[in-house]
Amino acid sequence: MAYEIVESCVNCWACEPLCPSKAIYEARPHFLVDAGKCTECEGDHADAQCMSICPIEGAILNPFGEAANPPGSLTGIPPERMAEVMAEIQAR
Amino acid sequence: MELTVIGQEAGGGCSSSGCGGSSDQLSHLPQSIQDKVKDHPCYSEDAHHHFARMHVAVAPACNIQCHYCNRKYDCANESRPGVVSELLTPDQAVKKVMAVAANIPQMTVLGIAGPGDPLANPERTFETFRQLTEKAPDIKLCVSTNGLSLPDQVDELCKHNIDHVTITINCVDPEIGAKIYPWIFWNNRRIKGKKGAKILIERQQKGLEMLTERGILVKVNSVMIPGVNDQHLEEVSKIVKAKGAFLHNVMPLIAEAEHGTFYGVMGQRGPTHDELQALQDKCAGDMNMMRHCRQCRADAVGMLGEDRGDEFTMDKVETMHIDYEAAMEKRAAYQAAALATLEAQRKNTGESFISLSSIGVRRKDARPVLMAVATSGGGVVNQHFGHAKEFLVYEASATDVRFIGHRKVDLYCEGGDTCGDGESVLQKTIRTLEGCEAVLCSKIGYEPWEMLEQAGIAPNGEHAMEPIEEAVAAVYAEMVAKGLPEKTGQVASLQAGA
Repeated sequence: MAYEIVESCVNCWACEPLCPSKAIYEARPHFLVDAGKCTECEGDHADAQCMSICPIEGAILNPFGEAANPPGSLTGIPPERMAEVMAEIQAR
Repeated sequence: MELTVIGQEAGGGCSSSGCGGSSDQLSHLPQSIQDKVKDHPCYSEDAHHHFARMHVAVAPACNIQCHYCNRKYDCANESRPGVVSELLTPDQAVKKVMAVAANIPQMTVLGIAGPGDPLANPERTFETFRQLTEKAPDIKLCVSTNGLSLPDQVDELCKHNIDHVTITINCVDPEIGAKIYPWIFWNNRRIKGKKGAKILIERQQKGLEMLTERGILVKVNSVMIPGVNDQHLEEVSKIVKAKGAFLHNVMPLIAEAEHGTFYGVMGQRGPTHDELQALQDKCAGDMNMMRHCRQCRADAVGMLGEDRGDEFTMDKVETMHIDYEAAMEKRAAYQAAALATLEAQRKNTGESFISLSSIGVRRKDARPVLMAVATSGGGVVNQHFGHAKEFLVYEASATDVRFIGHRKVDLYCEGGDTCGDGESVLQKTIRTLEGCEAVLCSKIGYEPWEMLEQAGIAPNGEHAMEPIEEAVAAVYAEMVAKGLPEKTGQVASLQAGA
C-alpha cells in the first residue's frame, strides 16, 4: 500500500526531501510516489510526511485512494464557500 | 550574441530625491549599519532611487500556511509576494543573476524570497548563495523568511555573504496567530491552530535575537490585516525594536477572491490607504518605518518601481554571453558615481524639506493635503498622467512636504477582463488616488482631466520638470491662498460603484 500524488500537485518540492524511503521523485506534469518504495512512513514517523507538509488539498491520496487532506482541511475555507466564490468569478 | 548594456542611465523606478523623506530615517543608526544599507534599495529609502535588486525563485517549498497566501504560485498576471513565473534551479539562478548584474549596473542586491520559504529549502537556497559568494562577490545577498526554521539556519547564514535578513512577523500573540496561520509543519508533524502559531512566534523571536546578536541586520515585515492584527502591530513594532530589528515594514494585506487565498475567498478586506498610513505613523514612534516597499514578486528584477523580469527569462538568459569581469567594473563605476550623488543629496537633508513660509503660506492652521505625483525618475514631475504605473503620494502641510508612500495603478493584477471586475483602467486609476486632492504630472489628456475633476482631484500640469517637493509646495500654497475646502467624502460615490 502506498500514498499517491495526483494532478493537483503544484511541484513545490516540500515533500521530496522529507520522504524517509526516497519514494518521491520529480516528474512531469507533477511529482510522483514510487509505490514500490513507499512505506507510508511506518517505523519512521507517526504521520506520513508527504501528506503532513503538502499545502494542496486533494493532491495526495492515502492508501485507500481518498484525499489525505480533504477540501477545507488545510486552508480553512469551507468547500461550499469556495464553490460559491468560484461560481461568482466564472459568471463575470 | 553581443551583450548590450541596457538601462545604464541613473534613475528609473521611483526617483524623487525626497521620496522616502529622506536621510534622517536612518541617520541616527550607527555608522556601521548605515554603511551596510546605503546602497540597499529595500533597506534605505533614498538608496532605492539609485540602486536595483532582484529575487531568484529557487525556493518553492514552505513549512507553514498563511491565510494571505495561495501555494499555487504560478501566475504571469499578478504582481505580489509569493508569485513567480518560472522556478529556477540554483545553477539557473546563478546564471540569471550574472546576466542581470551585467545588464543593470544599478544592481547591488540579490534576494531569495520564495515563492515558498527560503529556509524551508535550505539546500537550494544555500547552494545559490554559495555559488554567488564565489562568482559575484560584490553583490549583497539577502533572504526573507517566515522564521520557523531560522534558529537552525543562523550559523549557515553567517557563513555566506549575507548581512541582511527579513523576517515576516505578523503577531506575537498565538490567539491572533491562529487567525493568520492555519498550520505549521514542525518536528515531522502538521500542527494546527494556536499551538502551531505559538511555536512559530517563539521561533521567529528566537531567530531575531540570534541574528541581531551576530550583527546581522534584521528588517521585520508585517502584513496589516484589519480586524485581525491591526490593533496589535504597534506592540509588535515595540517588541521587535527592543530585540534589535532596525527597520519595520508594515504592508497592506492583498486579498482578492481570484487569488484563492483564505482571506480573499472569505472576503477579508485589506486596509485603506488612510488606515495603513495611520498605523505606520503610530509605529514610527517606536521604530524606523519603511514606506517605499512595493510588495514585489518572488522573481522581481530591477528598480523597486519597475519589474524587468521579462527581459531575463531563462531562455533569454541562456543565449546571453557575459563578460562578468568587464560588467563588474562598469557596475562599480556606476555605483561609485551613484553613491557620490546620494551622499551629496544626503548632505542637503536640511534643505530637503521645503519651508512653506518662504513661498507664502501664511495660514499656519491650514490642514494638510495629500497630492499624487507622476514621475519617471530624477526627482522631478516628468511623467504623463496616462503613462504612470504608480504615483508617489506626498503630504503637504503648513510646515513641510513629506513622502507618504506610493500607489500602484494596476495594484497587483494586470489580468484585464479575464480576472477583473470590468472597471475601466481610468476609473481604477482614479480610485487608486483616493484621498489625494491634486495630481501633478507633466501632461494629461482631456478625458482623465474631466474625470479627475469630477472625482474632486485637481489635475495639474503646470509644474512639469520641476523638483517634486517644490512643485507640491507651490500647489499647496495656491490651494491655501484660494482657501482649502472642508474635507469631503470625494470618493464615496466612486467606491460605491466599484
